Amino acid sequence: MNIPPDLRYTKTHEWVRLETDGTVSVGITDHAQDLLGDMVFVENPTVGRQLRQNEECAVVESVKAASDVYAPVAGEVVAVNDELESAPERLNQDPYGSWMFRLRPDDPAALDGLLDAAAYRALIEAEGH
Amino acid sequence: MLIFDLSRPGRRAAAQSVGPALAPDDLPAELLRQAPPPLPEVSELDAVRHYTRLSQRNFSIDTHFYPLGSCTMKYNPRACNAVALLPQFAARHPLADADTGQGLLACLYELQEMLKAVTGMAGVSLAPMAGAQGEFAGVAMIRAYHHARGDRARSEIIVPDAAHGTNPATAMMCGYSVREIPTDRDGNVDLDALRAAVGPHTAGLMLTNPSTLGVFEQRIVEIQAIVHEAGGLTYYDGANLNAILGRVRPGDMGFDVIHMNLHKTFSTPHGGGGPGAGPVGVSERLLPYLPVPIVVEESGYYRLVGEEERPQSIGRLSAFGGNMGVLLRAWTYARMLGREGMRQVADYAALNANYLAAELKRAGFDLAYPERRASHEFIVTLKRLKEATGVTAMDFAKRLLDYGFHAPTTYFPLLVPECLLIEPTETESKATLDAFVAAMIKVREEAMREPQLVKTAPHNLPVRRLDDVRAARELDLVWRGQSS
Repeated sequence: MNIPPDLRYTKTHEWVRLETDGTVSVGITDHAQDLLGDMVFVENPTVGRQLRQNEECAVVESVKAASDVYAPVAGEVVAVNDELESAPERLNQDPYGSWMFRLRPDDPAALDGLLDAAAYRALIEAEGH
Repeated sequence: MLIFDLSRPGRRAAAQSVGPALAPDDLPAELLRQAPPPLPEVSELDAVRHYTRLSQRNFSIDTHFYPLGSCTMKYNPRACNAVALLPQFAARHPLADADTGQGLLACLYELQEMLKAVTGMAGVSLAPMAGAQGEFAGVAMIRAYHHARGDRARSEIIVPDAAHGTNPATAMMCGYSVREIPTDRDGNVDLDALRAAVGPHTAGLMLTNPSTLGVFEQRIVEIQAIVHEAGGLTYYDGANLNAILGRVRPGDMGFDVIHMNLHKTFSTPHGGGGPGAGPVGVSERLLPYLPVPIVVEESGYYRLVGEEERPQSIGRLSAFGGNMGVLLRAWTYARMLGREGMRQVADYAALNANYLAAELKRAGFDLAYPERRASHEFIVTLKRLKEATGVTAMDFAKRLLDYGFHAPTTYFPLLVPECLLIEPTETESKATLDAFVAAMIKVREEAMREPQLVKTAPHNLPVRRLDDVRAARELDLVWRGQSS
């Protein structure tokens, strides 16, 4: 299972990357795309929307199920990856190269509360029972 | 091939011919068609062969074992159809007087009473025309109850993570937000999480018991107490009622509201989206809110009661009184079985599920909840097989089609990786169950020996593996005038 060491993670299987401009990119993990299977639709939040931490803000739909994507930290949506609308399969092909939306965090320190790669690996191993 | 492709100008089916058209002279000329609509022109024999052929390409209860978990795909007795098709029922106008429909109304009244008796609820309405509508009516009644008490602070419905996706969808449709709570390792609701979730914001809990994990919720009494003490109501999703029919009653478990899927438990046909029936039952305190119409009996006379006499009702769910044809089939089914037969439904459904689970376990398949007795369905996980061979639950399911078995439910519930949710129902014989086990073993052997064969299944059906990604993205159901 691919879990890049330089990213942060959530219990709900989002990955989070701090960009140089202080925004964070959010996508779904390799584990998440593997569980969900072939993606057929992605619905992103609108730019400018203010999100609370853990708020449902996007939907990914695969041939198996539709799943909510949650805001890993509170913040404003500053960009969305429009390419995924016409090519949702990018989430399967390259989950960490395919960010879904970017947030400007209300509190940059909130990222420290997220899981690191080791903690995320432990989480999915525990879930797999 | 579509029936449009068979069309030849001027060809007619005498059986379908209609009399000379009346001139629609009361419609404005600009709204009238200038040319007849492009309907297929075929002979009667063309039409019969076309649709017979299509029906033969189907998997159906009438032709195949159909262990589709959570769907309760059991045999639909022909007697039920015969009753529902009696012209005295089928040709009746829905607005005809009660005086001329005492037979129909008596059947509906009896069905209400039988459903009350078998679920232990205080009142039943037959109005909902599908399971989803029954769920909507149920949660709408929960909302009406809280609002009638002036309690508008309750904004949340609690749903366990093993629930049917329809439960959170229903809660949202009724204006509630959804709080999900986890399941423990044995498939029970996590009571600590439930205690932490309830409060003055809790409108109710929606629960399926037995759950979609195929196990009976062991601490149902404690769950009821936690939710009720917080002022919330409890909703019983009747998806798995078949497992406990005549054995345990949701009313006795303390539920406030329940919907039943007659197309599951009462063996009415599952249609491609309908017609269905999803009657709701309620406890004493929700009686005023039942959807209308309801059939009442007064000194041997039956009549429909509407909003005028039930002003607190959540109202109507359709223009008329529900799906009569489906309700009549359910009435017939219940009448044929009687009280003792209803118990046997649950007994044999549980026996068949446990036999199948035990046989598959003996053959080396992994049960998702090996410590638990199956209620009426159970989950096999193919996680180890996938790791060893790359063959997924979906591949496995497709290969079962080649052996003449409809695939079990795949990838539901999502909690269990590479899962098959298997529900044999009470109507299958031991011989059928044994043949299914043999096919499961055969497919597993193929997966080990020649995974590509399974990964590219099905091989023996009218169509090969369908492109479900493209079907979801580019859904196109419209005939555009040329053959493809």
